[in-house]
Amino acid sequence: MEEESVALQRRSKRRATLDVAFHGLVLMATAFALIALAVLMFDVFRKGLGWLDFQFLVSFPSRIPERAGIYSSLTGTLWVTAITALFAFPIGVATAIFLEEYAPKNRLMNFIDINIANLAGVPSIVYGILGLAIFVRGMMLGRTVLAGALTMTLLVLPIMIITSREAIRSVPSSLRLAFLAMGATQWQTIRHIVLPASLSGIFTGSILTVSRAIGETAPLILIGALSFVAFVPRSPLDEFTVLPIQIFSWVSRPQAEFSNLAAAAIIVLLIVLLSMNAVSVWLRLRFEKRNSK
Amino acid sequence: MNVTEEVRSVEFELPAAKVRMRKIKERLIYSALLGCVLISVLTTVGIILSLITETFSFFQEVPLGQFLTDTRWTPLFADKHFGIMPLVAGTLIILVGASLVALPIGLASALYLSTYAKPGVRKVVKPLLEVLAGIPTVVYGYFALTFVTPLLRTFIPDMSIFNALSASIVVGIMIIPMVSSLSEDALVAVPHSLREAGFALGATKFEVATKIVLPAGLSGVIASFILAISRAIGETMIVTLAAGSTPKLTLNPLESIQTMTAYIVQVSMGDTPHGTIVYKTIFAVGMLLFLITLAMNIIGQMVTRRYREVYE
Repeated sequence: MEEESVALQRRSKRRATLDVAFHGLVLMATAFALIALAVLMFDVFRKGLGWLDFQFLVSFPSRIPERAGIYSSLTGTLWVTAITALFAFPIGVATAIFLEEYAPKNRLMNFIDINIANLAGVPSIVYGILGLAIFVRGMMLGRTVLAGALTMTLLVLPIMIITSREAIRSVPSSLRLAFLAMGATQWQTIRHIVLPASLSGIFTGSILTVSRAIGETAPLILIGALSFVAFVPRSPLDEFTVLPIQIFSWVSRPQAEFSNLAAAAIIVLLIVLLSMNAVSVWLRLRFEKRNSK
Repeated sequence: MNVTEEVRSVEFELPAAKVRMRKIKERLIYSALLGCVLISVLTTVGIILSLITETFSFFQEVPLGQFLTDTRWTPLFADKHFGIMPLVAGTLIILVGASLVALPIGLASALYLSTYAKPGVRKVVKPLLEVLAGIPTVVYGYFALTFVTPLLRTFIPDMSIFNALSASIVVGIMIIPMVSSLSEDALVAVPHSLREAGFALGATKFEVATKIVLPAGLSGVIASFILAISRAIGETMIVTLAAGSTPKLTLNPLESIQTMTAYIVQVSMGDTPHGTIVYKTIFAVGMLLFLITLAMNIIGQMVTRRYREVYE
């Protein structure tokens, strides 16, 4: 009797120890990911902050590190992002509306669902190959801002559709039914009920989706964005470069100065991305406030 | 949703012309929306067509047998060999290394977040992991080349500057958030009653996590693994910057290698004339990459769908 209870006690002690040990293990694993993030940020800021000044933002790239800047690449990024948003937002939202509000439940729609999910998983470099074959060669757009933006549009479209659908799906169907019951047509219901109710979700998702396009490098290398651009694109049919490609080209150089320039450009890129995140959070809060009134 | 049919009886109060206009407008909008849906279908068609045409013309010059069995990949040299194996081996090293980093760590943090973490901690950790997921890959490439590689070389001095080890570790770090968030979704979806039953029997959190929650959510966890590995295969910038550009049939992670994606970038950086065999290699390698990732994504989705059915 005595022995058994001792054995039991020992066993439950061992189980408790195991539990604590496992807790420590999974905590450490999570901490590893966060520490990696912290180290990355610290490293980038330590190397890049000294090179970051106003001159850096308004100078063209140069062979002399002290004179080099990101004027052309930052402008190119803004161009490509703006045009991508211009195409991807309406097409993505329209697709989401159709799939949520109109689409019948049949095999074809099921296929389209699976197709979109698969497109979201296609490696970005394959979109680059698509852009090269269709926009640069097929439509003869060349290595232009427009070709880049169209490639990026196709790249972000699946994610844009998926996030917009989630926002539209969250509108309670009782609202739709009430409006339809009053004699509204389907489009009137969408226009006056569904869209206003889901707009905040659609915007938040869209901003985050477009911010993914800002960080993409590989597809734009494929379509031939240049790495040394000493001019600013004036129209969608001009050649261009973007911030990630500028970073890539500086990191590829062996000299430490250029690696530091890359770090400075990374800081700018991260600031652009973080501020887009902040805008989407701010928008969501604002809409939530208005809806609660 | 076809509620409009039942509502039609109200329409007699409107003038006939207005009703007709409305109907036309509805139909136009329907067509416009449907047109947008078709763009996503056309994208798939476009990807497949553009890959197939050039790949086909590639295989008219290079026999499929040579592509699959030759052990050298040297399209950019005078003595051209078109054996895909070195690029596949390079991709394989990266994917194995990245999996060794990301799968255990991602799963562990999913278990931590779903079982151990207090709600307050979760609220902080989850968005931070999302930040990790949102960092552009070129930034990770910079990190691999200028931080991780020098760090590793202090321990392994004879490792080359461009090496698979550093790249695969950083690719692993990049896909940790994907594994942890998808796995966590699967683990959280396990009904609460199962956990409660475990705790009621006196099980510790460790026992509940590993003997109840994990087995119940296993298919979702496996799906997250498959999707994350597919991401690692398609990753481009980290391997281009840090793993090197020497296609080599090796499994030694300390050497400089080249992945399929890095090769595609290397060729597109140079001015490769349209129609040459080198230009066509982009498409042949891209086709293989597309097929591999597509297969993995489809398997991943099938596994996900299966586990959803269990709890609905």
